Amino acid sequence: MGWEISSVARRFLLPVVELLAVLFLVSLGVFLLLSLVPGDPAVAVLGEGRTPAEYDALREQLGLNDPLMTRYGDWLGGVLTGDLGTSLVPPQTAVLDRITAALPVSLELAVLGLVMALAMALPLAMWSAYHQGGRADRAISAVTFGLLSMPSFLIGLILIAVLVNSLDIFPRNEWVRPGDGLAGNLSHAFLPALTIALMEAAMFTRILRNDLVTTLHEDFILAARARGMSPLRVMVSDALRPSSFSLVTVLGLSIGRLVGSTVIVEYLFSLPGMGKLVIDAANQGNYPVVQGAVLVIAVIYVGSNALIDRSYGLLDPRTRRARA
Amino acid sequence: MLAPEPVLVRRCDTRSALLVTGLLLLGAGSALALWASGTTVLVTLVRMLVLVVGIIAAIAGLGRLARAARGKPVDVVFWLGMTWLVLILGAAALAPWLPLGNHDDSVAGLTAPIFAQPGGLGADYPLGTNNYGLDVLARAVFGARTSILVALLAVLIGTVVGGLIGMVSGFVRGTTDRVVGILSNALLAVPPLILLIALGTVLDPSIRSIAFALSLLTIPSMVRLARANTITVAQREYVLAARALGANRMRLLLREVLPNVVLPVLSLAVVMISVLVVAEASLSFLGIGIEQPAPTWGNMIAEGQGGVMEENPYIVVVPGICLFLTVFSFNLLGERAQKRWDPRSAKL
Repeated sequence: MGWEISSVARRFLLPVVELLAVLFLVSLGVFLLLSLVPGDPAVAVLGEGRTPAEYDALREQLGLNDPLMTRYGDWLGGVLTGDLGTSLVPPQTAVLDRITAALPVSLELAVLGLVMALAMALPLAMWSAYHQGGRADRAISAVTFGLLSMPSFLIGLILIAVLVNSLDIFPRNEWVRPGDGLAGNLSHAFLPALTIALMEAAMFTRILRNDLVTTLHEDFILAARARGMSPLRVMVSDALRPSSFSLVTVLGLSIGRLVGSTVIVEYLFSLPGMGKLVIDAANQGNYPVVQGAVLVIAVIYVGSNALIDRSYGLLDPRTRRARA
Repeated sequence: MLAPEPVLVRRCDTRSALLVTGLLLLGAGSALALWASGTTVLVTLVRMLVLVVGIIAAIAGLGRLARAARGKPVDVVFWLGMTWLVLILGAAALAPWLPLGNHDDSVAGLTAPIFAQPGGLGADYPLGTNNYGLDVLARAVFGARTSILVALLAVLIGTVVGGLIGMVSGFVRGTTDRVVGILSNALLAVPPLILLIALGTVLDPSIRSIAFALSLLTIPSMVRLARANTITVAQREYVLAARALGANRMRLLLREVLPNVVLPVLSLAVVMISVLVVAEASLSFLGIGIEQPAPTWGNMIAEGQGGVMEENPYIVVVPGICLFLTVFSFNLLGERAQKRWDPRSAKL
């Protein structure tokens, strides 16, 4: 019995404890880092040219005169009860409200981008792997390698130059919330999501193609072909699942890049998401907003990576044992 | 980069046939590309497609010529990339001594024409001027200096610090290893660009502090790689043999482990350079990195926003091409390095 409990603890509790330790460190790091912000937050709030007494009163009110660790304790206590503080720069609303307004935009862009990337990558990778070494394979390999060398803002600018300015197909620089009409929302989200998707698609295609090429040499693929199954059927039903292992790993790693390109795309298309929130706050020295937003992003990031870690077992039964 | 072409001996593979078709392709391709880059007849989309087709044809032609000269297939793209790297690194290193225009003195720029169109070689402004009358060519070269210097500095710091920490923690194991693991996980728990933006709030936008911020991105992955390699190396018989001969830990680390960890770490470092060039460009594109009027490719591209790009495409095109070619070339180099020195992680 004791053995069983400890094995359960090992499998489920240890990762959770590690996760919590990491998140604690992140919160500490974010807090300490932003307490080093040069300049006086009181000046940032009130503007210059007030009396020293006014600045002092505000500092007292913001708790800036307390020792650092007390302030961290207060902040963390607030975070755990859902209070991330208030924005220093007007409008002085709760940071949490700002984040809940911005987060859906970023999530939509990221998810849409990811889905589009997978929709492009799966067929391309299968085609490429099936014609391994052929002309199509080499062309796809060259194009994806080129795309990987392009920062997302460059891809975005090219898309704007081509699709918006010369063909005038897509709207730019506005955002329609899904509540105000899904069609309008999607037509505004399409181009930013495509910008995010192109780079990820390049990465996914390369990874999946390489794994598919290895899988296609396995005996069970030969057996399936010998039974007369069509190439497409073999690809989709036999080769895809065992080949998606690295893809899932890369998917986990790519979430970090995805967050980065979402930030850039939001800035480029001026969309009211988390990226814009953080950049504006960073430029204004509005540190409660930066702290809160970075923490929320880190929690989402770490959480999704932990989920992906757990999903290996679904894909490949062999790892269920190995990881226990 | 490209999968190796199947070696088939066809009749058209004779040297003279290769020379002729190569020259034809090169000529036609470059002519097409030149025409497409200058013409105003076509829509942007079509123009870009024609340009790409022309460039591909020219490169294919060059490949044939090289094959005719060498007698075997040559990876032309790789050598073109290396040529670009040598050129841009040379120009960046020698920038202050090159006969370039005004790159960052906006007061002197007051007397110069703004948005002068690119005049080509020999003109006053070979690649035009920006909205402060600053010379775009000079800015691109000095931008290379900043971008590459920052990336190299950051990779240097990251490789030395991360590599050493990883090696020690993989060699010592135990509590040190666990603490290092949690710390590097915590650094990896914040998406790179977000970490940079948060750091950008605090640090002043100088080359030194941006390099420091970027090096924080490289340290965790360097630690992981060095640690993993150290663990495998430390179990080898020759390390045991050295230990049995009475070598102390320092000697084991430096003489037995280090030589086997250095190559994979260095190959990751090459890959990291291109990642960091992109990260620096993104940061200055967002207005958080190095500030105007000091040029970097990122803030030069940012100048094209707000309708400027539509009127004066060269404002974005010049730094964009520099950035793309540099990242592309470093990626080619990194891929080669990883294939040779660290075949296990050469996934892409």
